[in-house]
Amino acid sequence: MVLLQQIINGVMLGSTYALVAIGYSLIFGVLRLLHFAHGEVFMVGAFIALCSVWFLNAGPVLAVVCAAVGCAVLGVVIEFVAFRPVRRRSGGMLAPIVSSLGVGLLLQEVATNIFGADQTRFPPQFEATVYHFGSLFVTSTQLFILATSFGLMLLVHLFISKTKYGLAMRAVAENVDVAGLLGINSNAVVVLTFAVASALGGIAGVLVGFAFSAISPFMGISMTIKGLVVMLIGGLGNVYGAMIGGLVLGIAEVLTVGYLASSYRDAFSFALLILVLLVRPQGLFAGGLRAGH
Amino acid sequence: MLSSYQESIAIFLGVNVLMAFSVYVPTSAGLISLGQAGFMAIGAYASAYLTSRFTAFDVPFGLALFLGGAAAGIVGVLVAAPAVRIRGIYLIIATLGFGEIVRVLFVNFEPLGGASGLSGIQPLTTLSWVVAICLFFFVFLWRLRSTPLGRAFVAIHEDETAAEAMGINLFRTKLMAFGGGAFIAGIAGGLYAHFALFIDPSQFGFSKSAEAFLFVILGGSVNPLGPVAGAIVVTLLPEFLRFLQDWRMSFFAVLLIACAVWRPGGLISYRRAAHP
Repeated sequence: MVLLQQIINGVMLGSTYALVAIGYSLIFGVLRLLHFAHGEVFMVGAFIALCSVWFLNAGPVLAVVCAAVGCAVLGVVIEFVAFRPVRRRSGGMLAPIVSSLGVGLLLQEVATNIFGADQTRFPPQFEATVYHFGSLFVTSTQLFILATSFGLMLLVHLFISKTKYGLAMRAVAENVDVAGLLGINSNAVVVLTFAVASALGGIAGVLVGFAFSAISPFMGISMTIKGLVVMLIGGLGNVYGAMIGGLVLGIAEVLTVGYLASSYRDAFSFALLILVLLVRPQGLFAGGLRAGH
Repeated sequence: MLSSYQESIAIFLGVNVLMAFSVYVPTSAGLISLGQAGFMAIGAYASAYLTSRFTAFDVPFGLALFLGGAAAGIVGVLVAAPAVRIRGIYLIIATLGFGEIVRVLFVNFEPLGGASGLSGIQPLTTLSWVVAICLFFFVFLWRLRSTPLGRAFVAIHEDETAAEAMGINLFRTKLMAFGGGAFIAGIAGGLYAHFALFIDPSQFGFSKSAEAFLFVILGGSVNPLGPVAGAIVVTLLPEFLRFLQDWRMSFFAVLLIACAVWRPGGLISYRRAAHP
């Protein structure tokens, strides 16, 4: 029963990793670039939700919506400021890493100057109710997180596989030039990708804020790293791989804490990463955005 | 002469120049690392252990630095052996993961202080040590460019397949580049430890690796002047920006974005920077 409880907790943690990693995968799938400020978008999402609770007296759902909209806008701004100019001058693979690291630093300092460097949390009306099922327990927060993140994963799947915009995204991921020849406005697709990816990242920030009630300007750094790890475990640019990779990492981390030591939690995820790189460098599920269709 | 404040800035600058060299060496062979802080930590802990805990023998500082660098270099070669077949983005994420693993291992390794760190390190790092070592590596790396090994690095950087066709042993050359970079990072770690006098694993996190990476990408990697320029700009700029107070990192961040847009090959680069 302890194991089952651990797995429930792990799935909850993993589903937030998955949301962040889906964002990474979408951006990598379309642009072939790493977005080193994605963790900071995640952090900003948590703060936007906090503000909406403070000033609009928002409930959890409205807080998530505010964070999603705010982060989508932020993501588009990041694309225009830090990615498009670099891409237009064909800065290669490294220049976007520099500019996005810059954006990450900037967002961290802005958040520190507004909210202070200490951890803050959601007000007490967000305290969870606990439901008991025999010896298992699930909190209302956990249920909300699971419902939101799995609902979003389903939406992402439907968006990519069923809509015109998802098709355009897959086409650009497959080949920018050919997609352009076929009349797809690839710049618009990139903007859309940043909006969707950043909205998902921001929502993950709110969910993590609900679950651990530890919101700080520096909460994004480890998410930047873990999101990259999850994306690589799942296969670069593979959205479905990112979903599964996130869940695997979440469960693995919770089990490490439960059965080994909490301080080894992070080492395990990176060991998993190196193992995957050595044994199956293309990731557990190879293929890009187009995989599975 | 220098005030103690200026001297400490100069020592930090020297350590940063060495960290920049440690990224420059693998980068010149086309291997991008975002995990050099891991090697720095190994050098720092190894040399600090030798000088402050290993009291049975009176280990001289120079030897301790060298052994710290050697420990980092050996780990570098061991890590690189399987990693050389990984390229580009995969290598970046793998080295990032390596850096974090080293950090977490030190957090869990109680004989070296674990998470609470290692204190009571002797203040052995002086400005002359730092200047001498930086000059040595600068001259060494400058001369290296016209040796067969240095040319092999450049060849691999430009085109791996062509380099291999020219008879360059890819595996061995990449190991040299990665191990060499790790060795320099280990030396930098040793100098840092004997100046900071207290080290803990959190000092060698991702931000340290990212900083070292930025020195080289900002400065440029066509010759050792680039990393030096990058390290000088990144280390000294925040000092000159003190009047901006809480916003100085923001200014720096904007500068990073501007450099990425207008000088993607680095401050010191060819007019048409050939980059992967």
